[in-house]
Amino acid sequence: MRRGSKSEARRGGKSEVRRGYLLVIVSLTAALAVAAVAGLALGPVRIAPAEVVRILTGGAEPSPLRTIVLDVRLPRVLLGAVIGAGLAVIGTVLQALVRNPLADPFLLGVSSGASAGAVAVIVLGIGAGAAMSVTIPAAAFAGAMASLALVYVLARGRGGAMTGARLVLAGVAVAYILSALTSLLLVTSADANHIQEVLYWTLGGLGSARWDMLALPAAALLAGTLLLLALARPLDLLLAGEEGATVLGLDTGRFRAAVFVLTSLLTGAAVAYSGAIGFVGLMVPHAARMIVGASHRRLLPVAALGGAVFLVAADLAARTAAAPQDIPVGVLTALTGGPFFLWLLHRGRSAEGVAA
Amino acid sequence: MLQLQEISYETGGRVLVDAVTLHADTGETVGLVGPNGSGKTTLLRCVYGTLRPSSGHVLVDGTELTGAKERARRIATVPQDGQSAFELTVREVVAMGRSPHKRFWEPDTAADERLVTEALARVGVLDLAERAFPGLSGGERQRALVARALVQQPRLLVLDEPTNHLDIRYQLDILTLVRGLGTTNLLALHDLNLAAYFCDRLYVLQRGAVVAAGPPAQVLTPGLLAEVYGVRADVGVHPATGAPTVTYLPGPGAGPDVPRPTGERKSSTI
Repeated sequence: MRRGSKSEARRGGKSEVRRGYLLVIVSLTAALAVAAVAGLALGPVRIAPAEVVRILTGGAEPSPLRTIVLDVRLPRVLLGAVIGAGLAVIGTVLQALVRNPLADPFLLGVSSGASAGAVAVIVLGIGAGAAMSVTIPAAAFAGAMASLALVYVLARGRGGAMTGARLVLAGVAVAYILSALTSLLLVTSADANHIQEVLYWTLGGLGSARWDMLALPAAALLAGTLLLLALARPLDLLLAGEEGATVLGLDTGRFRAAVFVLTSLLTGAAVAYSGAIGFVGLMVPHAARMIVGASHRRLLPVAALGGAVFLVAADLAARTAAAPQDIPVGVLTALTGGPFFLWLLHRGRSAEGVAA
Repeated sequence: MLQLQEISYETGGRVLVDAVTLHADTGETVGLVGPNGSGKTTLLRCVYGTLRPSSGHVLVDGTELTGAKERARRIATVPQDGQSAFELTVREVVAMGRSPHKRFWEPDTAADERLVTEALARVGVLDLAERAFPGLSGGERQRALVARALVQQPRLLVLDEPTNHLDIRYQLDILTLVRGLGTTNLLALHDLNLAAYFCDRLYVLQRGAVVAAGPPAQVLTPGLLAEVYGVRADVGVHPATGAPTVTYLPGPGAGPDVPRPTGERKSSTI
């Protein structure tokens, strides 16, 4: 048997690999710019891309178009980019953390906690009216933190060491309990309006984006993403397995606990504003891995950019496809992401051939 | 160089390692032999740090190691559990060996990359550097992991059954390689003939305790093999290698615990 000539050709030499990586980053950045301009230009009112760029660069006098671009669409595009990048990075990290390719930001119970919190506020009508835009994210975040604490305690067990398997079991168990509580709240409330609102929230959407609520999630997700980027080396070590990571000098129990808390905080921040937008955090990491490999130093920036591009584009589609109806973007991410994922898997398998 | 002082490991009321005292001098290759369940793996885990001994001390250069990172700077090993489903290249896997010497956010420098390339060349897998690690054969994988251990620049190399699941050619290759590295090596080996040929000294474990220690020619005797392994064996000196060579003899007269076949069928009750 010849030594996997296919995979050698695919990966090429070392310098070729580096040039290829730069090309990926540049293309994704360009794609993000295009998606953002399209997101600002398209909608009920169509604005020429040139006009969008002129408004963005400050070259336009106050006008209705300027208001639409800067005050209505820009915060939504920015929120989409930040949340898309954040979810993709969190998903990538969690897949390494629990060594399970099916992990996503919502596996470990955080989104169920957030949903329980948000639904409690909606159903019980706490802070009804204008204040809901503050109380729902606050309650969602509180719910996420409660589930985090619960999972953390359960996953530590009596031994104190947090393994990937314990973490998944504790997370899934807490997720089920909290979803059951959410359903119980909904069923007993029996108000059709509530159900509509809750459904929209649990499917996930960026419709709530406004300048005054952008700063918090944006700052949290940006800082968290940068921090996770700095953890590329120990995250790689986790890929060597529990024993492999330990003998390479990583205190796996402590590291896993710290990263779990960090990713849960970030997930909580994302989910609090946008609901549980699914599939970004599952699919984008895999797509990124297929393009640049599993080493986190290369993988995480690509996942972040890819997640941003994907969610901005998906949200644009969600706003315009059935206008004036605003489809929850979570529905679209699953609808478009699923087939794309299957195609990538299929393509990946035939390209791997001998090597796999 | 390496000193184990009265290492014991107990779990669930069972003593798996019983007050083992052992040493390895700089540059020495020390073998650990004994039947399955004699505590070889558990003892090695206590040395490379995935288990904490119930009592006793592990000293490297006279100091006790604290913390996973400090240990990984002195002791390298090739762990048994496999790699994940995610594909890293061989070079990426080997480069992990630099981690104990780095702050977690520090990238690899050109010097690190040189070390990785050197190690890959030394174990003979440089041409596989950009291949996906999970796609390698067992022998290639083992070599790559030895390269990773080298990149750690350890004082001591600890290997648990490094020849497991390898073809005989690769078994000889990997042990010749390890012997030639110039590191101090502590190896658990199944094959007594390989142990006799490649190790300077052997420790024989039985039920967690050391029952014999010394150069292979002194340790590997028919009497000891009968007592520890329960087999009848002949030990000679191989004319070509000069190392003690064990030949197992089938049939009756094995160890004290082995029932002899009586040759009669007790079928009268049926």
